[in-house]
Amino acid sequence: MRARPDLIEHLPRLRRYARALTGDVNRADDLVQDTLERALAKLDLWQPGSDLRAWLFTLMHNLFVNQIRVRRPLETVMEDALDEPVSGGQMEALAARDIHAALARLPEEQREVLLLVGLEQFGYAEAAQVLGVPTGTVMSRLSRARERMRQMLAGEPAIKLKLVI
Amino acid sequence: MTDVHEHELHAYVDGTLPEARRLEVEAWLAAHPDDAARVQDWAAQNQSLHAAFDSVLNEPLPLNLVRATRRPALPMPFKAVAATLAMLVTGLIGYAVGLNAPGQAPAAPAYLARDAAIAHAVFSPEARHPVEVDAAHADHLVAWLSKRVGTQLQAPDFSAQGFDLLGGRLLTGETGPVAQFMYQDKIERRVTLYVRRAVAGNSETSFRHATENGVDVFYWINGDFGYALSGQIGRQAIQQLADAAYRQLVTASAKP
Repeated sequence: MRARPDLIEHLPRLRRYARALTGDVNRADDLVQDTLERALAKLDLWQPGSDLRAWLFTLMHNLFVNQIRVRRPLETVMEDALDEPVSGGQMEALAARDIHAALARLPEEQREVLLLVGLEQFGYAEAAQVLGVPTGTVMSRLSRARERMRQMLAGEPAIKLKLVI
Repeated sequence: MTDVHEHELHAYVDGTLPEARRLEVEAWLAAHPDDAARVQDWAAQNQSLHAAFDSVLNEPLPLNLVRATRRPALPMPFKAVAATLAMLVTGLIGYAVGLNAPGQAPAAPAYLARDAAIAHAVFSPEARHPVEVDAAHADHLVAWLSKRVGTQLQAPDFSAQGFDLLGGRLLTGETGPVAQFMYQDKIERRVTLYVRRAVAGNSETSFRHATENGVDVFYWINGDFGYALSGQIGRQAIQQLADAAYRQLVTASAKP
C-alpha cells in the first residue's frame, strides 16, 4: 500500500484561509473539518507528486461554494463592526477590524482570489487551478477585489483622523 | 520603456515579476503617481491580511481537527482494528492534549522531531512573513524568546555554513512556549531550529535523526531543553548545521 501523505502540516494554513474566508472561528473550523473528511475519502484520487496543498484548497473551495449557495442571507454579519467606537491605543485592533469588515463585504468570488493570492501566496495560475477558472478570470477578480478594498478602507478616514489629532 | 499592464502592477505587488521587468515597473511607478498610490494600497492590503490572520497559524490545533487528519486504512481483522484504534486515539489525545496543556504531555523525544518538522513545514514556505521578528532586531528577538521560553537562548551562527539568520517566532508546543529560529542561504533554502523545554527525566544528549514527511530533523536534549534542527537540504548538510549548533550551544552554556 502506498504511503498516505500527512495532512496535519497543512492544517494551520487551511485554518488561516478558512478563518479569513468565513470571518467566523466555528464556521471556519467546520469548513476545515469537512475539507479533511473529504480529503481522506478522496485521497486515492490525489496524484502523489502533485501539490497536496493546492488540492486541499480546491476541496475547500468546492465546499465553501456549496455552503454559500445555501446560506446566502448570513453574509452581512460584519457590517456593524465599522460603527463601533474606538479609543486611542487601539489602532491595531481597529486596522484588523477594518480588514475584517471590508473582507466580509467583498463578494465571495473576489474574497477568495484576494485571500489565495494576498494571504496564502498562491501564484495566479495556481489560484486559477484551485478555483477552477481561467487565469484571466483570477486577474480580473483580483483587480476588482483590490480596488473595492481600497475604496472601503479609504472610506473610513474620518475615524482615523479623529484619532490622530 | 513599454507600457505597464494592470496585471503587471499586481504581479509587482505579489513579487512575481522577473527582476528585469520589476525594475522597469519601478521606473514606471516613479513617473505615474496614480499607479504608485494604487500599488502602495494593494501592498498595504496584503500586509493587513497577514496582520489580521497570521496568528491563526500559531493557535493550538483543535483535537477534532487533528483527529480528522487521520483514519486507519481499510479493512483489518477486528482485533487489529481495535488495537490500532486504541493506539491511534491515545496517541492523538496525547498529542492534542500536549498542544493544549503545557507540561502534561507524554513528551517522548520523538514528539520533538515530529513537532519541529511540522513547525518547519508550516512556516518555512511563507514568503512574506516567515518570522515574527526579523534578524535586523536579533538582540530583541533573542531576549524576547528567552524570556518567553524561560532560559537564556542563543541563535547559533551558521554563516560559516552559508546560512544567515532570517528571524524567529514564538509557538505553542506541548511543553509550553517554543522558540523557532529560521535561517536562509543564498539560494533561499531554509532551515529552522526549534527549542523548547524538555520534560523532566529526559536528560539524554545524544544526537538523533528522523525523517518526517521528507523533512530531515536532527534533535537532541541538552539539560532542560530539547533542540531540533529541520530542513530539506539533504541529511548531511543538516547534520553539519546541527553539529555547529550543538557545539555553539554547549560552549555557551558552559560559560558561567
